[in-house]
Amino acid sequence: MWDSFAFEFVNFYLVPGIVLGCIYALGAIGITLTFGILRFANFAHGEIMMTGSYLTWTFSALVGSVFGWALHPLIAAIPAIVVAIFISLLVDRYFYKPFRNSPTIMIVIASFGMMLVIRSAVQTLWGPNQITFVKGIAKPNAWVQEVSNNAELLLLIPNKHFWIMAGTLIITLGLAYLLGQTRIGKAMRAVSDSPELAQATGIDVEAVIRATWVVGGFCAVMAGVFMAMDTQFIETTMGFRMLLPMFAAAILGGIGKPFGAVVGGLVIGLAEELSAYPWIGDAPLISPGYKTGVAFTIMVIMLIVRPSGLFKGRTF
Amino acid sequence: MPILVETSLNNPQPVLSLNGLHAGYGETEILHDINLYINQDEIVAIIGPNGAGKSTAMKAVLGILTIREGTVLLNGGNITNTPANKVVEMGISYVPQTHNVFVNLSVQENLEMGAWTRRDGIPERIQTMYELFPDLKSKRKQAAGSLSGGQRQMVAMAKALMVDAKVLLLDEPTAGLSPKYRGEIFETIQKINSNGVPVLIVEQNAKQALGVADRGYVLVDGANRFTGTGQELLDDREVARMFLGGKHVEN
Repeated sequence: MWDSFAFEFVNFYLVPGIVLGCIYALGAIGITLTFGILRFANFAHGEIMMTGSYLTWTFSALVGSVFGWALHPLIAAIPAIVVAIFISLLVDRYFYKPFRNSPTIMIVIASFGMMLVIRSAVQTLWGPNQITFVKGIAKPNAWVQEVSNNAELLLLIPNKHFWIMAGTLIITLGLAYLLGQTRIGKAMRAVSDSPELAQATGIDVEAVIRATWVVGGFCAVMAGVFMAMDTQFIETTMGFRMLLPMFAAAILGGIGKPFGAVVGGLVIGLAEELSAYPWIGDAPLISPGYKTGVAFTIMVIMLIVRPSGLFKGRTF
Repeated sequence: MPILVETSLNNPQPVLSLNGLHAGYGETEILHDINLYINQDEIVAIIGPNGAGKSTAMKAVLGILTIREGTVLLNGGNITNTPANKVVEMGISYVPQTHNVFVNLSVQENLEMGAWTRRDGIPERIQTMYELFPDLKSKRKQAAGSLSGGQRQMVAMAKALMVDAKVLLLDEPTAGLSPKYRGEIFETIQKINSNGVPVLIVEQNAKQALGVADRGYVLVDGANRFTGTGQELLDDREVARMFLGGKHVEN
C-alpha cells in the first residue's frame, strides 16, 4: 500500500509541484530584478512571458512549414528571446524611461497599461483562442527507483519535465555566475543596493537597467516556453494568470533577491500542487480550483509576518 | 579678520571652483551665492552650522541637484549641471555622508565598482588601497554592510580613490565615528593629499578639519560668511564663538 501512495504522491504531486515551481521561479527572477533595480512592480512582465511563447510557437511553425522539421521548442525559443528582449528594451525606452524620476505609481500604472497593450497586440496578431503548442501525448520515461531495502518506487517523468528542471537549474547557475562574477552583474547588485550611490560612483545606471531587461526578458521567455511545453498549449491570458504566483514568489523570497525568487517560486509551486493532495481522507485537501488562492494566501501571510521575505529583501 | 570673500578670480587656475552658485531642490533655493575653489595640493574644509548648504554645495558639483545660476569649473572647463556619472568619469570622486558603500557587496566588490570608469590597472589599484587601508585587506570578502562605521568610511574612501581622482570630495567623513577612527580618517586624508590629490571636506567636526586644512570656508544660510587659512579661522574669535563650540581660548 505504501508503495502506491508514494507512487501517487511523487509522480502526481511532488514532481509537478517542482516543475510548476521552476516556471514560477524563472518568472519571479525578472520581477524581483526589476523591483530591485528600477523599483517598481512590473505588471507587464507576464505579457513578455506570453509573447515569448507565442513567438517561439511561430518560429517553430515557420520552420516546420518551410523545411518540414519539427523544431524543438528550446531551439525555437532562441529567436523568440531576441525579439522579446528587443520589445522589453523598446517599452522601457519609450514608456518607462520618461517616468524614471516621477513618483513610482506613475511607472506602475504605465506598466499596467503596457500589460493591456501587449496582450491586445498579441490577440490582434494571433487571435484570442488557445493554440496547441506541442501535439500528442508526452509519454513519461518510467524507471524503478529503490527507496529503501524492501521498498521500490516507480517513477514516471516525461522528457518535458526533465527539460524544465534541468533548464531552470542551468539558468539559476548562470545567473549566479552573472551576478557574482561579472562586472555588469555586480553593477546590477550595486544599483539594486543604492541607485543614488551607483550614480555617484560613476556606474552607467542606464546600461545596468538595459542589462536588467535583457536578463529579465530572457528568464521570462524561458518561463513562458517551459509553461507552454508543460501544458502543451498557449493562450493570451497565460501571462496574466502567472502574475500573482510570480509576485508571491518574489515577495516570499525577498524583493530584489534573485535566489530568493527561485526558492520562493519552488515553495509556491510545491504548495499549490501539494495543497491538492488528499492529506486527510480521500478528497483533495484543498480543491485544485483554489490553487491560485494558495499563492495569494502565502503572499498575504508573508507580507504580514515578515515583509522583507525569507532572504531579507527590500521593504517599502 | 578673514572676512574677505575670495573668488577664484584671484587665482588663475584652481582644480575645482564654484562661482556664484545658486541651487536647490524643486522650488526651494538652498545655495544663494557660493564661491569657493581648491588648488592642486590643497586640503580645503567647508564648515558651518546645520542647514548652511555645505553638503548641498557638494551635491551641486556632482549634478545631483540643479544649478540655476553660476558655474562649476574643473581645471577651467565648465562642468555645470553635468550628470553625476559623467562628473565622476571626469575625475571628481565623491564620498557621500551616509549610504556611501554598497552594503550587500563585499569590500572587494565595492572597490571594483569604484573602478567602473577605469579601463586598466584595477588589480594594482586595489592592492594600493589595501596598503593605504590595511584593515580592509582581511575583510575583503565580507559584505560592506557588516563592517563598523569607521571601516565602512574607509571602504567608501578607498572606493572613491579607485579612479585617478583629480579632486576628492568628502561629505562629513567622520560623522558618528569614535575619536580613534576620527583621528585615523584625518591622518588618511593627509596621506591621500600628500600623494597629490586635492581634498575638499565638509565637516561638522570643525576644529579637527581646520587643523588639517590649508584653507577653510565658513558657510551660513547658503552663502559664504568667512574664509581664510585653517589657522586663521581657528584663531578668529567670531568664528570660534559661532562655530567651534565657543571654547576658543583667547590669547
